[in-house]
Amino acid sequence: MAHHHHDEGSALEENPLRVKALESLLVEKGYVDPAALDQLIDIYENKVGPRNGAAVVARAWVDPQFKAKLLSDATNAIKEFGFEGRQGEHMEVKENTPGIHNMVVCTLCSCYPWPVLGLPPVWYKAAPYRSRAVSEPRAVLAEFGVTLSDDTEVRVWDSTAELRYLILPMRPENTDHLSEEELALLVTRDSMIGTGIALEEEPK
Amino acid sequence: MNGGHDLGGRHGLGPINPEQNEPVFHGEWEERVFALTVAMGFCGEWNIDAARYARENRNPADYIQASYYQVWLYGLLVLLQERDLLLEGELETGIAQKTRATKFAPKAEEVLSKLALGGSCARETSAAQEFSVGDKITTRNINPKAHTRLPSYTRGKTGTVAAVNGVFVFPDSNAQFLGEDPQYCYSVRFEGSELWGEQAEPNSCVYLDMWEPYLEHA
Repeated sequence: MAHHHHDEGSALEENPLRVKALESLLVEKGYVDPAALDQLIDIYENKVGPRNGAAVVARAWVDPQFKAKLLSDATNAIKEFGFEGRQGEHMEVKENTPGIHNMVVCTLCSCYPWPVLGLPPVWYKAAPYRSRAVSEPRAVLAEFGVTLSDDTEVRVWDSTAELRYLILPMRPENTDHLSEEELALLVTRDSMIGTGIALEEEPK
Repeated sequence: MNGGHDLGGRHGLGPINPEQNEPVFHGEWEERVFALTVAMGFCGEWNIDAARYARENRNPADYIQASYYQVWLYGLLVLLQERDLLLEGELETGIAQKTRATKFAPKAEEVLSKLALGGSCARETSAAQEFSVGDKITTRNINPKAHTRLPSYTRGKTGTVAAVNGVFVFPDSNAQFLGEDPQYCYSVRFEGSELWGEQAEPNSCVYLDMWEPYLEHA
């Protein structure tokens, strides 16, 4: 799958018109409500995204009881934030530790925990990541700038069923003085996919 | 099916190349394909497994070359055409010929509540649970031409049951509208060396969620 849409040939240039024609037909036939389409786009473009997951992670970093619940009953723990529904019906959270590094892939399609991370980036859905994450995870991590020692076990979670995985990254050192809200700013999307680690310091 | 979507372990597909500060959508047509796909899904004319099958069931070369929203657009058109929700010539002419009632025709507010509700795949079964945590299993070497969620790279491999996830709708059956056929689903751990032999990276493993019909006692 191509990484950048502008690398595509003429087939892509036909898309905008084709999609517009399709939408008009489906609206005219009464199958879709155009207001629903606009709201769906607004939700995933502006309201749901990795900030949701970052809030969950920061809470787990400061609240041991919440963390215990998150690791044992993730769906309900995450629901406490109001993050629920489509593509988050069956949540699982895996904790990264000095000895174990977890990362998530969907080799067969693009399964991703929408309520906490929003829609997946192109690379997550594209062939290079989906092919290589399971067979050479350390090489993939290195491309993301993450180098692990051989002593750290790498666990790759291939999302083949309806369970959706969120990684709980390690809390960075020397962050005791930060509030939960400040800690959330250190939690990147990639650290919750497992292809990154949390930031060392608050971005300026 | 052994299609172009079944990518685990394939070679030659290049570097990951993450885009910095990537927007949620690349252009308006992606927004509309996304929204149309989700909204049409709420009409109740197909299920998530049938939708995945519609996307993957095509020439592997075409699948791999398409961008992901092109894959979604292709799948949506297939589903619409298969169910006479889109008729021959309509897309080309832009003129609607005939309309039929869909199972649901949700308005905007219903779409939003359905989104928040989601669709649990958890079901009940009276069947006995065949495997337990710690059991050694070998995956069956199945090669169905229809939809399956057992990736090629794991077939005929031996792993360990790490958790019992529950009883879930069985995609292999549901995708073909043959019923939900709920089955136990397990989290199974495979060592890298079992999957990739001497090419495996050190100290690595893969966990997959696997339905009971995929598994045999090792």
